Formats: sequence, C-alpha cells, structure tokens
Amino acid sequence: MSPEAKGQTIGKDAKDMQELNLTVSSSPHVRCNESIPKIMWNVVAALVPAAAFGVYYFGANALLNMVVAVVSAVIFEFLWEKALHKKVTITDGSAVITGLLLAMCCPPSLPWWMSIVGSFLAIVVCKQSMGGLGYNLFNPAHVGRAGLMVSWPIAMTTWTNMDGSAAVNAVAGPTPLNAFKHGGQDALFNAFNATDWGTVYQQMFFGMRSGSAGETCTVLLILGGLYLIWRGYVKWQVPVVMIATVGVLTAIIYSPNVAVFEMMAGGLIIGAFFMATDMVTAPITLKGQIIFALGAGLITVLIRVLGGYPEGVCYSILLMNTLTPLIDRLVKPTVFGEVKAKGAK
Amino acid sequence: MNLWKVFTRGIIEENPYFVLALSLCPGLAVTTSVVNGLTMGCTVWFVITANNTVVSIIHKLINKKVRIPVYITCIATIVTCVQLFLQAYAPDLYKALGVYLDLVVVFAIILARAESVASKNGVVVSFLDGMGMGIGFTIAMFLISFIREILGNGTFFGMSVFGQSYQPALIMALPPGAFMLIGFIMAGFKIWNKHVEKQRQLKGVEG
Repeated sequence: MSPEAKGQTIGKDAKDMQELNLTVSSSPHVRCNESIPKIMWNVVAALVPAAAFGVYYFGANALLNMVVAVVSAVIFEFLWEKALHKKVTITDGSAVITGLLLAMCCPPSLPWWMSIVGSFLAIVVCKQSMGGLGYNLFNPAHVGRAGLMVSWPIAMTTWTNMDGSAAVNAVAGPTPLNAFKHGGQDALFNAFNATDWGTVYQQMFFGMRSGSAGETCTVLLILGGLYLIWRGYVKWQVPVVMIATVGVLTAIIYSPNVAVFEMMAGGLIIGAFFMATDMVTAPITLKGQIIFALGAGLITVLIRVLGGYPEGVCYSILLMNTLTPLIDRLVKPTVFGEVKAKGAK
Repeated sequence: MNLWKVFTRGIIEENPYFVLALSLCPGLAVTTSVVNGLTMGCTVWFVITANNTVVSIIHKLINKKVRIPVYITCIATIVTCVQLFLQAYAPDLYKALGVYLDLVVVFAIILARAESVASKNGVVVSFLDGMGMGIGFTIAMFLISFIREILGNGTFFGMSVFGQSYQPALIMALPPGAFMLIGFIMAGFKIWNKHVEKQRQLKGVEG
C-alpha cells in the first residue's frame, strides 16, 4: 500500500472513530480519573456549606434566590442546547455552579425574578452565545451580577438584616465595607456594636454581618476552598496571592488592622477561591494565574479605595478576564526542544 | 435587473443594519425610545433615497478622483435640509437626536450605497435601492428601540406598558444592553437568511 493510500485509510478510520464519539488524540495516552462533571460537582459540594450558612443567617428569601437561580440557569442551558441541536450538558454541573455562585454574590433580599434575569445574562448572554462551557470569556456568575447591578442598582445594594430565624447579633443595614467607606473606623465599629477590632474580626470570620447571600461566612468559604485545593482543582497560589495583594495594599494605605478586615470583607474570599480560579476564564499556566490574581487584587483595592462602589471584586475579576488571553500569550512556556533561553544550563 | 428584487433586498436579505452591519452607532445611541429611533430611521431613509437619486443623475459629470468629496457634499446638503426641517417643525426631536443628526453625513451605509449602486446604475434602480435600504434601516431602528424602550423604560411611545409595578432594566437603556440586543437580532437575521438560502437551494435541486 502506498504511503498516501495508507494515510487516507488512517484518516478514514479517524473519521469513523469520531462518528462513534471516540476521541482521537496523539500519544501519550495517559488515563485520567478526572472529568468535567466530577470537578464541577466537587465545586458545588465545596460551595454548599457557605450557601447553607447564608440560608440559615439571612432566611428564606436567600434560599428562594439560590433555588431560582440554579433551576433557571439549568433550564436556560437546556433550552439553548435543545434549540441549537447541541449535546445537552446540564448534568455536568457547570450551570448549577453558575446559578449558585450568582445567588451567593447577590443580596439575599433580591426579588426572585431578578435572579432569573441574572441567570439569563450568565448562561445565555455570557456562556452559551460564546459557544458554551470552555469558550466563555468572562466568569458567567459575575457577568450576571454585573448586569443586575447596572439594571437594578437599588435592589442590588439593598442589604437587609436577617429575619428572626437566627438569634445572633447581626449587622443591619449597610455592609461593613459600605460603613467603612463612608464613615471610617467609627462607623464600622458602630455597625458591629464593637469597641475593638477583635469583635469585628470574629464576626467577620464567622459571617455575622450583612452582605451578599453566600459571601459572608469566611471560615466556611475557606474550608470549601481548602477542599478544592486538596483535590487539586485549585492552585493555592491564586487565592493566597489575590487576598494577600489586597491585604498588603490596604495595610499600606490604611493600617494593618484595617487590612485584616478588608481581607475578610465583601466578596473577596468567595471571589479569590471560586471565581479567580475558574478553569475557563483564568490563564492556563500557574505563572499566568498568579499575574491574574495579582491584578485582580490590585483592581479590587483601587475600586474599594478610589472608586464609587464600596466593593470591587466582581469588576476586578471581570476586568482581569479580559486580559486572560494576553496573559496567556505573555507567559507561554517554550516548547520542549525549542531554542534554549539565555543563561540556561 | 429585477426591480422588485432591488427594492426588497435591503429589507431582510441585505438589511443594512443587521446583515451589512453598517452605521451601527445610531443603534446604540438614539434608540432609547421608539420616537427617537423612528425619527432617526426616517431621516436616514430620506437621506439615502435622495442621495442615491442625486448621485445617479450626476455621477457621469464627476471626475472619479474627487467622487468621495462630491458625495459627501451631496449628503451634507440633504442632511442640512432635514435638520432645518426638524428644527422648524419638531424642535424637541431635534434636541433629542442632537449631534447624531449631524453624524448622518458620515454614515457608512449612505456612502456605501452611493458608491456601490448609485454611481453605477440609473435613476430608477438607485431610487428603489435607496428606498429598500432606507426601509430596512428604519425597521432595524424600530426593532431595537421598540425592545429597548419596553424593557429599559417600561413604555411604548411613552405609554406605560406593564403598569407602575414594573421595575425597568436600566441596562437596556444603556449602550451595553443595546450591544447585546443587536448581537442577538443579528444572529436571528443570520439564521433566517440561512434558512431561506437552504430552501432556495432545495427548490433549485428539485426544479
């Protein structure tokens, strides 16, 4: 058989295999135990404790928003894939994560129908219209949140106290970051009924504060993040660099005491562990991810200190998402066997 | 050339806004209400038709090297007429459209039709092409402003649609909402045109 004919036969075989839904790839054929659904459902598991705390602390409307956001995200994904005759991928858990993260980043008092609009923006506008999972440029949950923020600024910045479901000293009205931004340290202590930083830290750490439905409980979010790091889905450097950047910069601008508070405030913890580490919208290499985390932390501080909004994690991660392709290009590793860099051994 | 085809191609098949994707800026800027959108659409409709007619009459007299400045002068003259007309009879609209009326002079779609159709064809074809393209553009402006006004303001021609309890989505009143909307309508036009093309091919095979 001539080489050409042989090549054609192989090409034909490859085509047949693709039709059988078999993957044709070059060696080495290393089997891996991981799959998209497994990773996604693990992330959901890591988020559930913090979400459950949000429901316990803020009451039924937080739960309603989470359920509506998750269900509508899955339905939008299903409808879009059906309409375009694509493979339906609602069981891989990615839409569930998007819906859950969206609800966790929004105020617990949000009217439920706004969660549906947010899911539409996240799934249809951000994710599926760009080609589905793996092709979206921006973090879907944050796109949904940003869209809601632009559309209904009042509903998105109305922070309610918890209802009577939990007997804890909750902070009513503005979020801690809001209080600090407009009234400084005194307003912050007032908001917590505290006289020293220790009380503030304690309440922030255990989530006894007003804020978005799932972002308040620092300890549970960190535990969820540690679980993902232990599973190997998240590189520890990313959340550490992002949170440390915020800490260092605020320590320089204000004081170390404020820095500890800023690191636990707003959506920084959930953003650093669950959004900045998104496999689709963050850079591929570790070096790139660290640059991403550094930039996200820097923009967060800039918005918190100089910007009009009290919190900037959402926009900082969205802005860094736009830079992801450039960062990837910047830190592209040299291919094995390529020309050696200067000074290499 | 089939005159009916010349007239209708601008409406859907070669819609200047959603298929040729020319002159996108007014769709972001002035389509926050149906009145503004329709005024802009009709202005462009009139300018494009009048300009096509004028250019088709004079194109043989123009030296090829200076044709673009001459076209621009023609368009500017017609736009000035429309501006003066609006200023006299609809001063509120004139104020609402503001600088975008001046910008009609440099709309790509008007120059493109003058260059690609009016300078090569007779008066009748150019006039019909201008009418078709103008209608297509007006439909596009109406479609965008219709959806934007309903979602972004809860009104239609200034009348409340959903009642007082409706909380309008501000994003639709702002440029990002218009961007997303235009993208989705474009996708719709693409799907429709593909469908029509497929039907046509099937017919061709059977015939």
